[in-house]
Amino acid sequence: MKADLPLACLSGGTLAQGSAVQPAATTSPQERIQPLLELRGVAVRFGAVTALQDVDLHIGPGECVALVGANGCGKTTLLRVLHGLLRPSLGEVQVPPPRAQAMLFQRPYMMRTTVARNIALGLWLRGTPWAEARARAGAALERVQMAQLAERNARGLSGGQQQRLALARAWALAPAVLLLDEPTASLDPHAKHEVESLMAELSGAPAAGATPPMTMVFASHNLGQVKRLARRVIYLEQGRVCADLPTDAFFDRATLRAVSPEADLFLKGELL
Amino acid sequence: MNTFFDSIATALELVVSLDPTLWSIVRRSLAVSATACALSCMLGLLAGAWLAVTQFRGRRFVMTLLNTSLALPSVVVGLVVYLLLSRSGPLGGLGWLFTFKAMVLAQMILVTPLVTALTRQVIEDADSQHGEQLASLGAGRFLRSLLLAWDERYALLTVGMAAFGRAVSEVGAVMIVGGNIEGFTRVMTTAIALETSKGDLPLALGLGIVLLGVVLLLNALIGAVRAWRERRDGAANAATRGLVAA
Repeated sequence: MKADLPLACLSGGTLAQGSAVQPAATTSPQERIQPLLELRGVAVRFGAVTALQDVDLHIGPGECVALVGANGCGKTTLLRVLHGLLRPSLGEVQVPPPRAQAMLFQRPYMMRTTVARNIALGLWLRGTPWAEARARAGAALERVQMAQLAERNARGLSGGQQQRLALARAWALAPAVLLLDEPTASLDPHAKHEVESLMAELSGAPAAGATPPMTMVFASHNLGQVKRLARRVIYLEQGRVCADLPTDAFFDRATLRAVSPEADLFLKGELL
Repeated sequence: MNTFFDSIATALELVVSLDPTLWSIVRRSLAVSATACALSCMLGLLAGAWLAVTQFRGRRFVMTLLNTSLALPSVVVGLVVYLLLSRSGPLGGLGWLFTFKAMVLAQMILVTPLVTALTRQVIEDADSQHGEQLASLGAGRFLRSLLLAWDERYALLTVGMAAFGRAVSEVGAVMIVGGNIEGFTRVMTTAIALETSKGDLPLALGLGIVLLGVVLLLNALIGAVRAWRERRDGAANAATRGLVAA
């Protein structure tokens, strides 16, 4: 991934190429200099249902951000907007184009073919010649310590292995931004631990062949995982951002209560 | 009762002794239906894949039309193709009436909507579950549908099988456009109808046995492919578990 990254700009349902940004080494919510992902006044409506409203968000290069909130609060919708899978009804979205991003879903989809071919397919779909894609798939599998499974049928892998494979497939694409939608939600504790360890390794590190560190945004219900992985937590309620704090501050009940009583109530409920 | 068992015994004898009349009809019948089915699958798979992922004005109308054509009576198709191919019809110049090609065309018209509708259903279901993930990887709409079609190839194999079953067992259309000419356009179903009306039950029964046998064989083949695939996947899983445990 080159340092200068073209941005796609979505505004009220229109798409245009935006300006380039220089990735900073690290950013905090307070600094908010040259964000890589930026949402201004974003709203998403599905008929009469409002999934997101008035969302303003700035995420810098290399950040690892967790989205938390109850079911139906808008986490997945927000990730889909960031990935360009969903156009907002209102507001502006300035993000790298979808081909500079990768997204992991709760249940990853694997084609009915080998592990290596599944990774190569992702690369091929983004324009890499097939022979080169196969070679790079091998490197990605080594990165996630699954090289010995390269010729196995991907559908035959366990849930945890499939999610690790999905991470390898995403990592091989050298994305500037990695979005993860509850990647460990349907896994057993052992698989959860494996996937989480891998996320920790990849977070803030450059993806395959990329120079700047990868930005990671993940949705999770697992507060322990949020605490271990994220440097910043965004709490959503009924489609609104109610709290956007560094992880330490989010888990400090007094600070959280002062910033967002709703988020404090949520945290209290989850910790009980 | 004796007539029934005698007829069956004679029919089995005709089948086993490779009776030339019977087997020439069987070969022709299989050739017509296999050609029609192959052409229909090519058209229907592409059309179904496209319909599964494309939204356009009038899509609902097209779907209604498609679903209605699933119940097309074969004699009506035969009649329409007859009118099209008859000397005074718009395609009369082709000179296809009462030929192999006319029978293939009629069976294609019968079978293509079936392949299209079932393919659309299979791919649309897969797309609603996994399409977003393929789009996320960078697959455009049509490429996505082709990838899903490849991934659902075993389900589509069953669609092809159903299409062949419909083609090989229909009688009305091929009777009208083929004319049931001995040695040229006589196929299993038209021969069964004719021989029954003539009272030659052994030949009709023999053809019926072969017809059922063909369908049974196809089913068994598809079942075997599935079983082989499941065994292979199962072996891969077991090996994977062993490898990981080690």
